[in-house]
Amino acid sequence: MSSEHDLSSRLPLAARILELAEELRHEGVAVGTSELLDAFAVLGEISWTSQEDFREALAATLAKSQEDRRVFELVFERFFFRASEIAAARHGIHEQDAAGLEELSDDQLDALRAQIAAALRDGADGAMRDLARMAIAAFARRQEGSGVIGVDVQRIRRALGLRAEPQPELPAGDPRRDGVPREALRRFEALLRRELERAQIERTGSLPPARPLGELDRALPTGPLADLAAVHRVVAQLRRRLATQGLQARGHRRHAHVDVRRTMRASLQTGGVPVVLKFRPRRPRRPEIYVLCDVSTSVTSASVFFLSVLHALHDTFRKMRSFVFIERISEVTDIFEHERNFKAVSERIASDAGVADISGYTDYGRVWSEFLSDVEDDLHPRATVIVLGDARTNGRDPRADVFAQVAARAGRTFWLNPEPRLYWNYGDSVIAAYEQYCTAFECWTTAQLEDFVRALTRPAIAASR
Amino acid sequence: MSASPSPPPDLVSSSPESAEAVREGLRRVGYLPGESTALVSYLSTKLGKPVLVEGPAGVGKTELAKALARFLGRELVRLQCYEGLDEAKALYEWNYRKQLLRIQAEPSGTGWDAVQEDIFGEEFLLSRPLMTAISSEQPVVLLIDEIDKTDQEFEAMLLEVLSDFQISIPELGMVRSRTHPIVLLTSNNSRELTEALKRRCLYLWLDYPELEHELEIVRLHAPELPETMARKLVEVVGMVRALDLKKPPSIAESIDWARALLLLGAEEIDAETFTETMSVIVKHRTDMDVVAERVGLKLGSPADVV
Repeated sequence: MSSEHDLSSRLPLAARILELAEELRHEGVAVGTSELLDAFAVLGEISWTSQEDFREALAATLAKSQEDRRVFELVFERFFFRASEIAAARHGIHEQDAAGLEELSDDQLDALRAQIAAALRDGADGAMRDLARMAIAAFARRQEGSGVIGVDVQRIRRALGLRAEPQPELPAGDPRRDGVPREALRRFEALLRRELERAQIERTGSLPPARPLGELDRALPTGPLADLAAVHRVVAQLRRRLATQGLQARGHRRHAHVDVRRTMRASLQTGGVPVVLKFRPRRPRRPEIYVLCDVSTSVTSASVFFLSVLHALHDTFRKMRSFVFIERISEVTDIFEHERNFKAVSERIASDAGVADISGYTDYGRVWSEFLSDVEDDLHPRATVIVLGDARTNGRDPRADVFAQVAARAGRTFWLNPEPRLYWNYGDSVIAAYEQYCTAFECWTTAQLEDFVRALTRPAIAASR
Repeated sequence: MSASPSPPPDLVSSSPESAEAVREGLRRVGYLPGESTALVSYLSTKLGKPVLVEGPAGVGKTELAKALARFLGRELVRLQCYEGLDEAKALYEWNYRKQLLRIQAEPSGTGWDAVQEDIFGEEFLLSRPLMTAISSEQPVVLLIDEIDKTDQEFEAMLLEVLSDFQISIPELGMVRSRTHPIVLLTSNNSRELTEALKRRCLYLWLDYPELEHELEIVRLHAPELPETMARKLVEVVGMVRALDLKKPPSIAESIDWARALLLLGAEEIDAETFTETMSVIVKHRTDMDVVAERVGLKLGSPADVV
């Protein structure tokens, strides 16, 4: 795309782009050489004066999924902000002190407040940056900055009286009365932060150390586990994936039985010559699944997640029995079969299952023996047992020997633990005792759930081959 | 909306000069692109790279391909993917019946070599969408729709087609593209696509449009609808999308709704008209209950509107 001469004259930029790619890689975006070549090719086609085009073009070549795209936005912002600031500091370029803001009277401050609130309400991005600088200038004069940027941002926001919640005590006509749009407020805070950082860099003449993106920055606005809706969407996606995987297995014709009848019928098209062989479809055996789900208080936050997983699994697998347990065990297969609505299911489980008998604490030992006596005759090597729980026994006997019996009878046993692996086997968690009989997964994000699903579906196919 | 096979020549521009030109062109053929949409489409025409378009259902991914074809004056070749799609359906297939006829019509005594030479010629090849796109004399726009529905094996096969624009047929040799097709792949993200495929594509994420943008789209397709009503309509659709639904309404559905309202001669979107016409934008039994409850109430009954 670009001749050698072109490229060398652009080298400073090329180096910058490579640095950006390096930072993207650090944040987990897979940027390959071919992507970089594309990026350079693309830059030859667009005008660099429009920041919007420049960013979009780079994004189209470097970030290849929605998550990557989000990380890209953040890294791009951070990278070019830092790059331009350090260049400015190196060349000793300072901004003019915002003149005309010596001492604002209260009236003027009120006007500024109203102006900012109006800009936020109308989503006027262009004006917002200038207003953020004015706000900083105005308030820096009134009170000393704390030196911690995050604190200053909140201080200024409070001083401006900006809140997302409606503030009915304000007079009618005030743009803040119905609450400032949350999204705009977030953007304004980001601008404040940015301007404060800029001022800090200017003061000290050096860059603060780069902060890697936190999980929080990285999460999509509709992050997993944030609310039931999000969980449900992901699980629905998972269900589709599960369904296609089953069909995929059907496509693998490892052993082929010719279907004579269909072959003959097809040969009529070719004048009785069997040109196309028709094979018997290979139907994978439907796996039989037993799911035990802990619904005690120690896993409250995870149980909604678990129940929706259960719900989704029920839609996919015909032969499935589910149980919920706290101290005792209770079969809820019927509930899932009769109720299609998730909310109704969880309500019925809460009211009818009758699992929280006496103390409300999980008693794993009792659960295993009850489970075993319930399903002993049905368990067989093709069955899969999945336990959803944190393996916290509240000091009671874990009865790993009974669990071993369950695991021995079932073909495969999985454990999904909603706690991070770090906390396993601390306190009353006895997952180690069970882990020797089953495969345990850490599962508190949807990505981890997907890992598990992959493990669940793949060996099942291999086993039935 | 309907794609006319040969648009009037003044709409057509075979090689746009800037992203701005693409934006304008797409507008003229009835598609209002977002900022990045126009840019990425432009880059793809310039670099000859396929574009992977992802986004929720009904944000105009397929429509983009159609509009590009109209704008560039190219034919649209569409390959609709589904589970179990194989090479015979996507690339090419030998026309057995014709081959058989050819063999039967052969005078006795013709040598095997001659026949073999004959029946594996292009004449006996049934070309499927990918083959059509590659061997076409005129440059085309190739749309590979819902690529996420296919198996990984099929994706692997696409790699050769997408990076080199060539197909190897054992009996014939290599078929190379004579012209450079513009390729769009769409995906609803129901399956993670392979890295190898993504690597070869430019990436475009299409989301539901901003309120103003959607308003413009609705106004374009239902110009008779009064401005205030169109705005209300778009706001309501936005509210409905914010709910947790099985199937949020797509852009096409907001256009349909606008047209339905026009047809019914409705003058105001209140709770009553909303419940009556809701089925245009909400297509699930359970969704309808949720929407009626949450959005219908907000709209208020006609009596409340003073």
